[in-house]
Amino acid sequence: MSDTVISAESLAKKYGGTPVLDGVSFSVKNGEIFGLIGPSGSGKSTLIRLLDLLEMPSGGTLTILGQETRSSRARFDLRRRMGLLNQKPVIFAMSVHDNIALGMKYRGKSREEINSAVHDALRAIDLPGYGKRMARTLSGGEAQRVALARSIVTGPEILFLDEPTANLDPLSAEKIEELVLGINRDLGTTIVISTHDMLQGQKLAGRIGVILEGGIPQIGTTSEIFHRPATRKIARFVGVENIIPGTVTKSQGGEAAIALAVPGITVQAISEIEPGTHVTVIFRAEDVTIHLRDISGTSARNVFFGRITSMISSGPFVNVVVDCGLGITCLVTVSSAEELGLSFGKEVWISFKATAVHVIRETPDK
Amino acid sequence: MENEIIAGFVQAINLIITLDPEVIRITILSLQISLTSTFLSALVSIPIGALIYYHEFFGKRFIINMIQTLYALPTVLAGLLLFLLLSNAGPLGFLGLLFTPQGMILAQMILVMPLIIGFTISALSGVDRDMKTIVNSLGATKFQSIMTLIREVKFAILAAVILGFGRAISEVGAAMIIGGNIRGGFGYSGTRVLTTAISLETSQGDFPLAIALGIILLGVAVLVNFGLNLVQEGSVWKNYTTS
Repeated sequence: MSDTVISAESLAKKYGGTPVLDGVSFSVKNGEIFGLIGPSGSGKSTLIRLLDLLEMPSGGTLTILGQETRSSRARFDLRRRMGLLNQKPVIFAMSVHDNIALGMKYRGKSREEINSAVHDALRAIDLPGYGKRMARTLSGGEAQRVALARSIVTGPEILFLDEPTANLDPLSAEKIEELVLGINRDLGTTIVISTHDMLQGQKLAGRIGVILEGGIPQIGTTSEIFHRPATRKIARFVGVENIIPGTVTKSQGGEAAIALAVPGITVQAISEIEPGTHVTVIFRAEDVTIHLRDISGTSARNVFFGRITSMISSGPFVNVVVDCGLGITCLVTVSSAEELGLSFGKEVWISFKATAVHVIRETPDK
Repeated sequence: MENEIIAGFVQAINLIITLDPEVIRITILSLQISLTSTFLSALVSIPIGALIYYHEFFGKRFIINMIQTLYALPTVLAGLLLFLLLSNAGPLGFLGLLFTPQGMILAQMILVMPLIIGFTISALSGVDRDMKTIVNSLGATKFQSIMTLIREVKFAILAAVILGFGRAISEVGAAMIIGGNIRGGFGYSGTRVLTTAISLETSQGDFPLAIALGIILLGVAVLVNFGLNLVQEGSVWKNYTTS
């Protein structure tokens, strides 16, 4: 069996002339969890429907499990080797047992086979003894677990999850995430999951494709996407706080100095971009440290002095904005904010490493 | 006149209680014809409705509009059209169905089928798009997919069938033209049904029989309505109650 189970080449989809997806190319490897992360309306659900062969692409080529996907015969056969879980749990007006058994009934499985598979599935989703209940009486989280069980009792080689937890409470969402990880680990099922929730992508997926405005501008590990976003838009979507335009002034031995738009502020970064290039400097708030004294000369290459102009709590963290000529956002824990005695107007030093700075060749107005 | 009405009612009740053979014969024939026509209509119309729903083709919208227009097809008009087809000179004259119960079944099917086809289409159209997606993703063939969706809207379709029976049992125009209101007896079923008999007896001034048959017809209508309510409640009850 080849290592690649899904291979998409310049995939496009239009609805009545309006392009929803355009030039989407990527591949998914056997046994991995591949995340599709993007905001609502970016085309995630459409892409999943194309991949599960429920809709025809308007252009491009798609190969699933090593087979072409043009003929309706091939599409039908391949569809039976894949499974889908939707954002909204789809529940039929039947018992829980019959809901889970549906796909197996379509495949003409024997009653004994179905009964034993459904029995095992109910245990796996932690709803043993629920078989006879009417499925419409279940809670949202239970219904989604039943829908998940239904999509895997047929033994799919690829499982598509389209925002599987978007409608669920945190506990139910966690339960689904656990089950998904278990399915991948124990059954070796390849999983493609779409989500707008970055944390979920990070938790579940090994590799991530960022889907923005109908295309996939970047594919990489979660750490690559989070720390080295390829464009300003991706940086903004993955929640990078500090996105600042500048110009490279010096570049030597893999290190570059970048003059920011504010006169007098130069940032050191690891980059080989040649001097004179307009760039954007990107670094995450959690990579910025706050100090009460000047620590210039230590290992931190970028040290700036400024005044706190804003402090906003979010859970166990505080978002602190320090005005060093331009506002730089730092993320500190509540306890260290208390320890440092941070308050509005206080003068502090901030520092971040050259390795924490990501530089992209892009001018600001995009 | 007032006395006549009251007397008519008393005699009518008497006819029903004493199981007057004429009343019984007419009632049984009515039920036989209308139940058969409704059953056959459902058998044909549900698959036709599903096929129309499932396929996209040129003129689909137009066909659905036509079907919905036929909901209100005047029964005498259906009778006239079928009469022209079934009469000796008509293209289907060789079947010999004119003035037979079989001919009446055919006539009622023309009235009932549009109802069941139309309501099947709209019931299926009401199914959530996600549900269709999931049925396909589970690997259903086209036939399995249609069967699952029909099962999902079975109460709506059953309600349409009951409604169809209501139209069949209560119509008079087509039954009169195609059946001819022939009195039965001595092993011959005739073609006299509740509605045509009421019409005839009223015109002849035999009010007691007309009223008796009217009461029975009303009773059937009440039962149909009762059944319809049961189905609609059942659909709610079945979906949301633990067994």
